[in-house]
This record gives sequence, C-alpha cells and structure tokens, in this order.
Amino acid sequence: MSGNNGKSAARFHRREVQQIMVKNARKAKIIDKIVSIFAIMCVILAVIPLTSILIEVIKNGIAAFNWDFLTGRPSAIGRAGGGVGPAIQGTLIVVGLATMIGAPIGILTGIYLSEFAGGGPFPNGVRFFNEVMTGLPSVVMGIVGYILIVINIGSFSVWAGAFSLSIIMIPIVSRVTEETLKIVPNSIREAGFALGIAKWKITLFITFKSAISGILTGVVLAIARIAGETAPLIMTILGTSLFFTGFNNPVDALPLRIWRLSSQPYESAQTQAWGAALLLILMVLALSVALRLLAQRRGFSVRAEI
Amino acid sequence: MLILVAFAVGEGALPIFSAEGFQFVIRTDWNAVYGRESFGALPYIIGTLLSSAIAMAIGVPISLGIAIFVTEMASHRISTPLSFVVELLAAVPSIIYGLWALFVFRFWVRDLIERPLYEHLNWIPFFDKTPFGLDIFTAGIVLSIMIIPIISSITREILLVVPNSQREAAYSLGATRWGTLKTAIFPYAKSGILGASFLGLGRAIGETILVTMIIGNAIGPAAIPTTLFSQGQSLASLIANEFNEAASDLHLSALIGLGAILLLLSMIINIGARFMVSRMVKVVPGGRE
Repeated sequence: MSGNNGKSAARFHRREVQQIMVKNARKAKIIDKIVSIFAIMCVILAVIPLTSILIEVIKNGIAAFNWDFLTGRPSAIGRAGGGVGPAIQGTLIVVGLATMIGAPIGILTGIYLSEFAGGGPFPNGVRFFNEVMTGLPSVVMGIVGYILIVINIGSFSVWAGAFSLSIIMIPIVSRVTEETLKIVPNSIREAGFALGIAKWKITLFITFKSAISGILTGVVLAIARIAGETAPLIMTILGTSLFFTGFNNPVDALPLRIWRLSSQPYESAQTQAWGAALLLILMVLALSVALRLLAQRRGFSVRAEI
Repeated sequence: MLILVAFAVGEGALPIFSAEGFQFVIRTDWNAVYGRESFGALPYIIGTLLSSAIAMAIGVPISLGIAIFVTEMASHRISTPLSFVVELLAAVPSIIYGLWALFVFRFWVRDLIERPLYEHLNWIPFFDKTPFGLDIFTAGIVLSIMIIPIISSITREILLVVPNSQREAAYSLGATRWGTLKTAIFPYAKSGILGASFLGLGRAIGETILVTMIIGNAIGPAAIPTTLFSQGQSLASLIANEFNEAASDLHLSALIGLGAILLLLSMIINIGARFMVSRMVKVVPGGRE
C-alpha cells in the first residue's frame, strides 16, 4: 500500500512539475516575443528620423550646389548667391591640424596604458582623467582654448581652434586604442615573447598591427566628431567670410557657417545652410567609408571575422 | 590635461564668483546691461538637467533594443549593414541634427506629439502650454535621437565582446533568447552598458549647438521651465548664444562661470558613473579572461 501510494505521489509530483515547466516555457516564450518585437520597434524608431535627416539634407542641399557655392565667399547678409569656400578650407585646415596634434598623442597614451602601464596609481589616474575628459562638454574645451590661446595671442585664431579640437580628440583616441589593444588575445603577445622578441617590437609589430583596424576606426570617429563640432569654434576661430590669411587669424568652418546661415531669416541663406550640411555629411561619410574600405583591402579588419 | 582645463576655466570664472558669490548658482535673473549687471545660473542648470533627462528616458531603452537586435537577433545579412549604418550615423555632426530639427522635425513633434498631449492631457501641469515646437521637450527628443547611435554602437561593441560560451551555456540549458540575455549576457555586459549610457548622458548635457537651435532660448526667470513645452535655455546654449556678444568683462566671466558649472556637473556625472562601473565590474563573475 504504502509503496503504491509513494509511486502515485511521485507520479503526481512529476506531472505537477511538468505543468509548471510547460507554463514557464510558455511564459518565457511570450516574454521572448515581446522583447523581440520591442527590439525591432526600436530599430524602426531610430531609422525613421535618421533616414529623414539624410533625405532632407540631400533634397535641400542639392539645390544649393554650384561652382560658386563651393568656391565663392559668402555674400552679404540677405543677398542671394555667394558660397562657402572659406568654410570648406577652414574646416580642412583646423581639423587637419587638430588631428596632427591629437591623434599621435592619443594613440601613444593608449598604447602606454594598455601595454606598459599595468595597474599602478599613476596609470589608473591617467585612465580616470581620460574617462572624465571624454565626457566633458565640447563647449568647455572652447572656453579653454579661448582663455589659454585667444587671450594670449590677442585674436581668434586657427591655433586656438585646433587646440580645442585636439583636446576633444585625445581622450577619445586613447580610450579606443586602449580598449582595442586589450581585446587582442594575450596568446599573441605570449607567442612573441616565446620567440624572444623585444617588448617594443611585439607592441609595434604584433599587438598594434592586429588592433589597427579598431584604432583607425577610433581615429576616424574622433575626426568625424571634431569635424562637426560647432560650439568650441564659436569662441576660438570665430568665423569670417575671408579665406585663410594666417594661423593667427580667424578662419571660417562649415559647422559654424551652417549655424550662422540657419539663424538668418532668408530663404537663400537657409538653402545654403542645407548645402553646407550636405557637404559636411559627405566629407564625414567619405572619410569613414574610405578608411573602412582601406582597412578591408589591407586585410586587417579584425572585427569582421569574429 | 584635465588640471589644465579646470585651472583655465576656474581662472576665467573667478570674477563672477567673487562678484556674485554662491548667489550666482541660485539666482534666476540675467541682465547684461552695463551698470545693472546681475547674473544667475539656476534656470539654465534646470534646463540642462531636464532636457538631458528627457533624452536619456527616451534614448537608452531604444539604444539597448537596437544593440540587442543587431547582435542577438538579426542574421548576419541584416546586422552587418545595419550596424554599418548606425556607425555612420554616429558620425553625423550635431549641427546637422540641429538644422534638421529646426526646419523639419520640430513640426512633427509639435503636430504629432505635443498637440495631442496638450489637447487631451492639459490637466497635467506638465503639458499645460500651447505647444510651439521650439521647447525643452523637442530639445530632449532630438538629443535622444542624437545619442541613440552613440549608445547603441558602444553597447553593440560590448555585446559582441561577450564570449559565445556565455550564450551557448544559457541556450544549452533551454533558455529563450530573452532568458539568455537576462541571465548570461546582461550580467556580463552590465558595466559596459552603464558606461555607454553615461557617455550618452555626458554628450546630452554638453551638447551645445543643437540645443541652442531648438530649445527656444529664453533668458532670465522666464527660462525656468514650468511645463515641458516651455521655452528654456541650457548652460551650454546660453554660452554659445552670448559668448561673442559679451558686453563686458563681467558678462564674459559669467558665461565662463556657466562653463565652470557645466564642467563640474559633467565631472560629477562621469566620476559617479566611473565608481558605479568599477563597483559592478567586481560583482560580474568571470570578467575578461
């Protein structure tokens, strides 16, 4: 009797467990569905404004394009015609200069932090400050450029702009470099050590090389970011309607020009703002795509293979 | 470097703090007329915090959804171009978001979101103002659009770094996709996701030009938002608006003082985030092998 009883109890128990499991599985599946739908909706929600941006910029920007627009100087406020030549030139100069200052410093800092520093108080301090710097608003960097350089030189200048932008760039680049180098598997480094290669050689030719696609992506992201920065330029390079006249003088830049144009109540100015926006997007995207293709052709796109 | 930054801003901001003292932070008036100058930063601090909070509330969940879709759900054929697009969009400059928001998006927000909210829910004090399109709410939404690519692309990177063994372990125990995410992936990636969100928050707080274009640029006590549809002003946008037109040294210094507050605010956020992240890293089992 008692054995029989125990058996049925066990069977009952099993059935109960089975029911609970089925119920749980069903619940889990429903939750799974909800989460999936939520994720897809998020993608759609994000894509709508982004496609709209591209469509509007292209649609309205094309109208402004002509030779005069690309090379000419801005016309007087309220008058049609004129162009953004100085702004294009100024953006190229300021961003190029900032990259030349910022990228090497950033990459070297990243290499130091990842390969040589370890976890002492000083490297951790550097890391900490880097992280904090990444989050600092760009407008504050503009103020720094203004106080340190504009006031000392006595005029708004290319140097001040490039300086501000490079401060924005350094923490980004060094962070990305460090993170990317950390992902490189230790076995690769150990293989190098096992062959008796010096540490700097391992770092340069093995670790750095296998991480270069990630680092380049970081640099390009940083360039793209500073190319579109407007706020720090307001208080450093000021903006002008003249072409480049010297490193100690104000220059114009595309984002700055867009801002000034968009705040004018004239149709022609707004069209030009869209045109300049299209130009800026094209520059930034061309940079990204070109480097990506280059990285792929050279065969060091690490991430795509994972 | 950071010390240099702090020093420079501190030096520039000294005159206003010595002239106004702590009052600078809590006063609300803003008068640059020579001889009657008085500056108070409170409305702009509120404007900054409110618009960023709106941006985070909208932006973070959506970014998470995108990152999950790209890494965990979509097939390779969809996810590669999609993540490529997201990466490119992270590169779209904020001035372009601003231009688009000013000439296109604000009418969408006004007609599709704000007006219905105003008409049907105006008994809630938040919504009780005739919407105009250039206000804190729009600024928050556009900020969220701007930070979505940033947060989601970083989150995607983090989810990609999560080792496949984590996923396989969960799937082999019969977990659904959500179960896998919850039990195997999120604990592993939590600190990174949090870091990504705070990076987004940092950008939202410091974002200048976009906010300048759409927040409505109110000044003085009027800039304290009473509803979500009020015109406001953030710290950064006021700096951008008035920096080149600063009438006096004290005015300039007041603007730099706003910059100092902004600096302090974002440093507190960043340091706080940093501590949270490092505490979580210790909790996460395994960590990076």
